[in-house]
Amino acid sequence: MSLSLSPEERAIAARQDGPGMAMRIVAESACLLGAPRLIPIASTHIDGALYHGDSGTLFAEKLVDGGAKVAVRSTLNVGALDLMGCSRIRLEEPQRGMARRMMEAYRKLGCEQSWTCAPYQAGHRPALGSDVAWGESNAVVFCNSVLGARTNRYGDFLDIACAITGRAPDYGLHRPDNRRARLVFDVSGLSPSFLASEIAWPVLGSLYGHEVGNAIGVVTGVTGHPGEDALKAFGAAAASSGAVGLFHIVGVTPEAPDVETILAGPEPEAVIRVTPEIVAKARAGLSTAAAAKTIDAVAIGSPHLSNAEFESLERLIAGRRLAVPIYACTGRHALAVLEQDGRRKRLEASGVVVVADTCVVVTPIMPELGNGVLMTNSGKFAHYAPGNTGYAVLYASLADCVESAVLGKPVFTDIAA
Amino acid sequence: MRAAAEILVPGKAGEGEALVLTAPISFWGGVDPKTGRIADVRHPQHGEVIAGRVLFLPGTIGSSSASAVLMELVHNGRAPAALVLHEPDAILLLGLIVAREMGWETPMAVRLGRDAFETCGGRVRIAEDGALTVSGE
Repeated sequence: MSLSLSPEERAIAARQDGPGMAMRIVAESACLLGAPRLIPIASTHIDGALYHGDSGTLFAEKLVDGGAKVAVRSTLNVGALDLMGCSRIRLEEPQRGMARRMMEAYRKLGCEQSWTCAPYQAGHRPALGSDVAWGESNAVVFCNSVLGARTNRYGDFLDIACAITGRAPDYGLHRPDNRRARLVFDVSGLSPSFLASEIAWPVLGSLYGHEVGNAIGVVTGVTGHPGEDALKAFGAAAASSGAVGLFHIVGVTPEAPDVETILAGPEPEAVIRVTPEIVAKARAGLSTAAAAKTIDAVAIGSPHLSNAEFESLERLIAGRRLAVPIYACTGRHALAVLEQDGRRKRLEASGVVVVADTCVVVTPIMPELGNGVLMTNSGKFAHYAPGNTGYAVLYASLADCVESAVLGKPVFTDIAA
Repeated sequence: MRAAAEILVPGKAGEGEALVLTAPISFWGGVDPKTGRIADVRHPQHGEVIAGRVLFLPGTIGSSSASAVLMELVHNGRAPAALVLHEPDAILLLGLIVAREMGWETPMAVRLGRDAFETCGGRVRIAEDGALTVSGE
């Protein structure tokens, strides 16, 4: 099976300008993936504007110089700088200047300056069944699972090339047959009170990712919709611990009205029965500093905080002064609401550091401590913080994160699974 | 030993000491883009440098920014002399495809059966047509 391009696609690929370069990149990827053709896409979400080195900046600028523009709606994931000026980024020159040039090049290509890993809460919600090309693992899994739009995990460079050409290789999760579940992840053995708690979803997501890897599974035993922020936390944790691009939850996500509809065959290939013991182990596995007596910081907002999550944060802090900072990562969409009525200033007066456009695990923000301890309610931060920041982590609910920040030492409320 | 390998991404013919990885690797966070040193402390070949070597890869894992790291290695002159994979890895190899579009000289990536990896030690040369020659120690 080889790739067949339309005459128009071939003509663009033969050009020596930016669109020509983008088309050749999409076509060569399609060949490597074994895709038979390219398909039109409705939108993209681009993770490629995060600075990893000068070559990425030079690539984006070459596209700009070659006259390229995005052909479909394209939102941007986080960059390496806080362009809103809420927090101080410790990235030094010349990297700082190159990171800024990179962000500027993606703006010139016509991408929306959303700078968030939660574009789906910033008004970018493609329709059920539409083909799109999204990057960033949590955005991909939310787009596929919760919105029911169809995307593969588009990596750096290919995301912007798809945006410029308005096309993507036809393979993987764009095909309905590849979206069906082969595994069942049954949580009916857990207590309703645990499933209704905030920590249930990041912990279950982390466990789910470990158990299913890159396979597609369906979660059963959930009664009632857990809320969009819970699904966001589940997907982000699952896409950190495994290569999860799509999950289903019976009665909750749009492609799984019931088990029979979404299973690939009459019977699942395996059923994972989740017990309270398994959950307790998964929850403990999210912490690397279980014996810590004090904490140095709290980080929340991976994925970026929604307005509802900021409201919970304000309610829990209740005007108290924090002993250690809470880094609250978010996007401009939520920041705009927070700026009203002086809410951001009140949070900052308590000791909250609002981080916009970026986050604490992708760029240096928190002080280098050598043996710092970070508390978080995010399964994704728990996964990446030790490697990317050098901080050991403690996983806890948002309520416990806030109490611990007020006291400067870890506090845990028992929530039995 | 001689073997005909399928070319996955064309590039410059390469020669170097073989570096056969015994576990899959995540390029982002796993390989230093400035030096080519394997930085993942849990990886069996931790501390080895992939620059200038003929790199035999049993698969990649993790972040989809692997392409960005491989392109950064090419740009910094720290790329492997050639890459040998047992199956195409579209995310990693995109780094070579884009580097070539940038007009930079890129190493070749070829496909070879994984069972042949074990016999590849010492000095390896990959010719422009994908022919792989192992000249021993």
